[in-house]
Amino acid sequence: MTWREADSATLLAGLRSLLAAKSIASADEIAERIRITDGGGPAQGARMVAKAWTDPDYKALMLADGARAAELLDIPMRGLPPLGVVENTPGIHHLVVCTLCSCYPRAVLGYPPFWFKSAAYRARAVRDPRGLIAEWGTELPAATAIRVVDSTADYRWMVLPMRPAGTEGWSEAELAAIVREGDMIGVTRPRA
Amino acid sequence: MLSAGTPVRVRLDWPETRGRCHIRTPHYVRGRPGEIVRHLGDFPNPEDLAFARPAKPVALYHVRFRQADLWPAADPWPHPAGDEILIELYEHWLEAA
Amino acid sequence: MNDTPPTIMHDLGGAPRFMCEPVDVSPHALTDFDREVDAIRQILGQKKVMSVDELRRGIESLPEAQYFGLGYYERWLRSICAILLEKRVIAEAELDAALEAAARDTPC
Repeated sequence: MTWREADSATLLAGLRSLLAAKSIASADEIAERIRITDGGGPAQGARMVAKAWTDPDYKALMLADGARAAELLDIPMRGLPPLGVVENTPGIHHLVVCTLCSCYPRAVLGYPPFWFKSAAYRARAVRDPRGLIAEWGTELPAATAIRVVDSTADYRWMVLPMRPAGTEGWSEAELAAIVREGDMIGVTRPRA
Repeated sequence: MLSAGTPVRVRLDWPETRGRCHIRTPHYVRGRPGEIVRHLGDFPNPEDLAFARPAKPVALYHVRFRQADLWPAADPWPHPAGDEILIELYEHWLEAA
Repeated sequence: MNDTPPTIMHDLGGAPRFMCEPVDVSPHALTDFDREVDAIRQILGQKKVMSVDELRRGIESLPEAQYFGLGYYERWLRSICAILLEKRVIAEAELDAALEAAARDTPC
């Protein structure tokens, strides 16, 4: 069999054994990398959002230098792509997409969801953003403009959503608990 | 160096028709008018990195486009005047408008 | 509008083919296969064996049927193999031999 005809499971098994034999990637290294990557997730980004909602200085830092803001919360960013943060306001709602592939702010949100990587999402986000977010039941006020952020280069982008009404006096932990993955990409908005 | 607010036009060019390449300028903005939002920094050119060639740092900009300037007026999907797209584009793809 | 640009398969922004396709918003758990391919890509990047730019270029070079027919991480795997072969990090004969061995070890 040649590699082009192999099924994916066999191809992975073959590649895995070759990489180990050549000391490029051992089974232990792969397992460790999986363990580290699995440890990430949207909860990281949610902590940043919650802090930005309660601390104006942190919010300013997050918008100016996302990576440094992440590191302040012990989210490792060294060697990773720059993190850009775009702020939702009553007048502007942001939606993040990577039309060319699937660039995603993995350092703070974890693995990208299936829908973010789909052809339908990548095609529709830049040409029918309102129809697209309606798939999640999200409807914006008529006066709110949409600004789509297409991640075409070195930055990875996340949305700083607006703090919902009814959360006055909440702790950072309580606020972080209501911030979902979709809120930080722009397909949904947080609700108290 | 292009400053914030500078009007630009994306080059109307299709290197894909001339051979193997890796381009990070989406087709839907080629030849379209936009405006510099800010300089994001200088980064090695991915068009070279993709082929393991030495890659010189190139200025990367965040550029805004009006949705209404990108899609046909007869589009079935609405493009209100305030709707925009922000894209990261490398300097060599941008011309003065 | 740009008049009749060449069709570039992966450049999907506004692609008419997908504008009316619904988005599957349900959660899809990652499989062990997915996680392992993802991890291998990260390690290859960290060790400067293969960059994310090369990965993308390899995916963009897949035949159209594979680009739209394979799963996300299946595309990554095929790109990784193609790029490593192109760069002579691995040799085709070695890979084919490793596949034969893997196929023998795998119960049908």
